[in-house]
Amino acid sequence: MSQTGTLMGFVHRRRRGAELFLLVLALVVGIGAYAAVGLGVEGVVPADLVGYGGWLTALIVAAHVTVRLVAPYADPVLLPLVAALNGLGLAILRRLDLTYEANGFDQHTFARQQLTWMTLGVILFVATLFLLRDHRSLQRLTYTSGLAGIVLLVLPFLPVIGSAKNGAKIWIYVAGFSFQPGEVAKVLLVIAFAGYLVLHRDALALAGRRVLFVDLPRGRDLGPILAMFGISMMILVAQNDLGSSLLFFGLFLVMLYVATERAGWLVVGGLLFTGGALAAYTFVGNVQNRFNFWLHPFEYYEASPGSGQLVEALFGMGWGGLIGRGLGNGFPERVPFAYSDFILSTIGEELGLTAVMAIVLCYGLIVERALRIALISRDGFGKLMAVGLAAIIALQVFVVIGGVTGLIPLTGLTTPFLSYGGSSLVANWVVVALLLRISDQARRPAPRLDPVDDSVADSESTQVVKLR
Amino acid sequence: MSELTLFLIRVAFLAILWIFVLSAISVIRSDMFGARVPETARGGAPAPTSRKGNGKPRKPRRGAPTHLLVVEGENSGVRAELADAPLLIGRGSDAAIKLDDDYVSTRHARVAASGDEWFVEDLGSTNGTYVGPVRITQPTTIGLGVQVRVGKTILELRK
Repeated sequence: MSQTGTLMGFVHRRRRGAELFLLVLALVVGIGAYAAVGLGVEGVVPADLVGYGGWLTALIVAAHVTVRLVAPYADPVLLPLVAALNGLGLAILRRLDLTYEANGFDQHTFARQQLTWMTLGVILFVATLFLLRDHRSLQRLTYTSGLAGIVLLVLPFLPVIGSAKNGAKIWIYVAGFSFQPGEVAKVLLVIAFAGYLVLHRDALALAGRRVLFVDLPRGRDLGPILAMFGISMMILVAQNDLGSSLLFFGLFLVMLYVATERAGWLVVGGLLFTGGALAAYTFVGNVQNRFNFWLHPFEYYEASPGSGQLVEALFGMGWGGLIGRGLGNGFPERVPFAYSDFILSTIGEELGLTAVMAIVLCYGLIVERALRIALISRDGFGKLMAVGLAAIIALQVFVVIGGVTGLIPLTGLTTPFLSYGGSSLVANWVVVALLLRISDQARRPAPRLDPVDDSVADSESTQVVKLR
Repeated sequence: MSELTLFLIRVAFLAILWIFVLSAISVIRSDMFGARVPETARGGAPAPTSRKGNGKPRKPRRGAPTHLLVVEGENSGVRAELADAPLLIGRGSDAAIKLDDDYVSTRHARVAASGDEWFVEDLGSTNGTYVGPVRITQPTTIGLGVQVRVGKTILELRK
């Protein structure tokens, strides 16, 4: 675990110039998409293109300058990927707004709200990088952040501020703003899991009995983390939030597996997942419906609740074909949640498989960078945290894109950086800030300390301090 | 707006999208292979001049630490000037700060500078070196007044 950076035999360069180049390209993608939306839908370049482009550029430049100042060795690819996805998402939301406005829908300011949320996200990104100079200081907050995460998950149950929307009780309303505290909770729980596992990984992996090919750890090692996990799962199930429960379960399993290097956890996790899915299928009507819609989408097209939304999304993507219908030439308003869960179907319809592949590749690269940060990180806490954050993004993208394309049963989760959703966007910007902070530490050359000659024998014996 | 123009806009946008993705991949590629190999990893001893440069007494900046002080333990009050860095801490006779602490190894830890920052490094001691409450596994930055614990002794950087 120690000194991996020097063992690999090279030092990383800063690559801030490469980052700037990629950011310019990302801005061209974002602003170009915005202009293309105006041209496609209204036939003219949008009037506020300069103002919009200037705002987006200012946000990206602010993020870039911050990275230059306080995280000069950070990964050069992560920020441009995120900027491009966010810019593209804003343009697609703008395209939906124009259609919603023309059709007389109530809500048609998604893009503007999303831009406000992105501004807040970038402010938090900058603040995180400035205030958190060493991610290892988060390790001290292991239990605090675990507790805070659980408190945030409980918030929607409180009488005044809590609220249910679309059947899931995951929202709070404070002073006119709605917020999904679960999005922040997942980051806090990653910190808590990483901080706990890095101290107890050896005990979890080595101490304990072997039962049926699986090394079971001792109760006192597994207890706290199992409690943290169990409580959050119970809360999510009570909230009727399938997507998030799946996300937390997967996150927990990945981190436990990475920390202990025991494949047995995957077996245990797989069995638990199968059992849980069967139980949910049997006892929760909603889950049964989701399975039926997934297996036979076209039979429930007209039913209510039915698979109309999924089928419309599939029609849209099929009609889009290889290079799409062109921005403004599709019918994304036929999919009710085109602005959130189903944003990928809009992209598939109007920009085609070519764009969808590019987007999936972008997510793949984000996850690859995060896992690489975990590989080269010099401390165990940073490794586990980077793996956890990578797992969050990977699982979320898989569950959402798999659901929208009909690969797996549909569960509600936001597509990171693309979908409309303030809490998710803000939380994901913080995730990126944390990843950049870890990668700055990991890629920074190890301090040059002179080797010590061991000619002098350790003649006098040293007494051993009793540790615990 | 003619059909053809819209088609060209669409194709141009998709091209930009893919140019972005491919550039990102090419940056990742160059990041993997384009890094410089440091002198120490190439084999052979590093040039002695650079080593001298590291230990050379620098002009102390205002607010920069000047000495390492034992603040707690048997040898409380013992100090060593940082100008003589790198400083060895231990029970051995060659240590810059020689401690009479049974829980300290002969060659326990080392304090050295890299750039403007001071680092403490554990030299494989029996009982470990702690910065604050954390046992360190890699060279760790220490600032003014940060407590470094070896055995039953606590040291600090002072102005």
